[in-house]
Amino acid sequence: MTEPATTAVDILHAPVLLSALEKCLLNEYQRGFPLCASPYAEIGRQLGVSETEVIDTLRSLQQRGLISRVGPVFNPNRAGASTLAAMAVPEARLDAVAALVSACAEVNHNYEREHHFNLWFVVTAPDAARVRAVLDEIETQSGITVLDLPLERSFYIDLGFPLWC
Amino acid sequence: MVLSETDRKLIASIQDGLPLVSHPYAALAAGLGTTEADVIERLQRLQDDGMVKRMGVVVKHRALGYHANAMVVWDIPDDAIDRVGKLLAAQECVTLCYQRPRCLPDWPYNLFCMIHGRERTAVLRRLAQIIDANDLGDIPREVLFSLRSFKQRGARYAARPVRAAHG
Repeated sequence: MTEPATTAVDILHAPVLLSALEKCLLNEYQRGFPLCASPYAEIGRQLGVSETEVIDTLRSLQQRGLISRVGPVFNPNRAGASTLAAMAVPEARLDAVAALVSACAEVNHNYEREHHFNLWFVVTAPDAARVRAVLDEIETQSGITVLDLPLERSFYIDLGFPLWC
Repeated sequence: MVLSETDRKLIASIQDGLPLVSHPYAALAAGLGTTEADVIERLQRLQDDGMVKRMGVVVKHRALGYHANAMVVWDIPDDAIDRVGKLLAAQECVTLCYQRPRCLPDWPYNLFCMIHGRERTAVLRRLAQIIDANDLGDIPREVLFSLRSFKQRGARYAARPVRAAHG
């Protein structure tokens, strides 16, 4: 590896210093993890380091909260229905309406975004009728129209989170 | 895909991650009462069938400094959405790329992609490069950066594959 030993990857917040081995594990091993008896030794062989170094480095990344785990990422939405919904909420009511939306068990993401449509959330339920019922309930309780923007087609292939900058 | 009882136990036992030990699949196998080779074969099959979309290091992008989250929405002519959708999805920095219905007259946009970066300026600069390089300047678009997160439930998908086995 020809990269410098440490690189700052965060300039807004406290800098995260990463070794060349850490950067390599973060960038190159988000997919294609070896399915063999000693996968960490196999990664070590590919990178020219020991199995112990690979395991210790992954453990350190996990302890520092930079990775959540080494393991499978499951395909969501294989069962059930979901939609992306948006509302244009008057600024003065945003906290209250956001709380109303978050209180729904079927809502798993709920974000404020910088736009006239300023509240964006994802509703997931066993079927489309239940998704619609949740949106109707939110409209009734808030008195604000909800845009219903279900996924029609995904062009995206998940190869991992791109650490591009 | 039909999941066996052992598949379901395997999924439950690895959703918090593989053990960081020399023989992690053997360690999982011991807990499931099966063999290392059987665990490896089952994980291969879960990937081949698409239940597992990838296996490896799962990064925490915010902890790594990726705080700028832009949802870029585009109003693309219906006959061009296939080409532009594939083109945007292939960009290294794009993390999602979905076609969704327009909601006229309030919402004219039919393609949504996400760009995460460390800073807004870097995200906007990269978006400008993509637009220039691919001649997308004429397509109406808006950039919606996220401000506050009110709710983000942890991504624990084990319950879904398990239920899918009965469906």
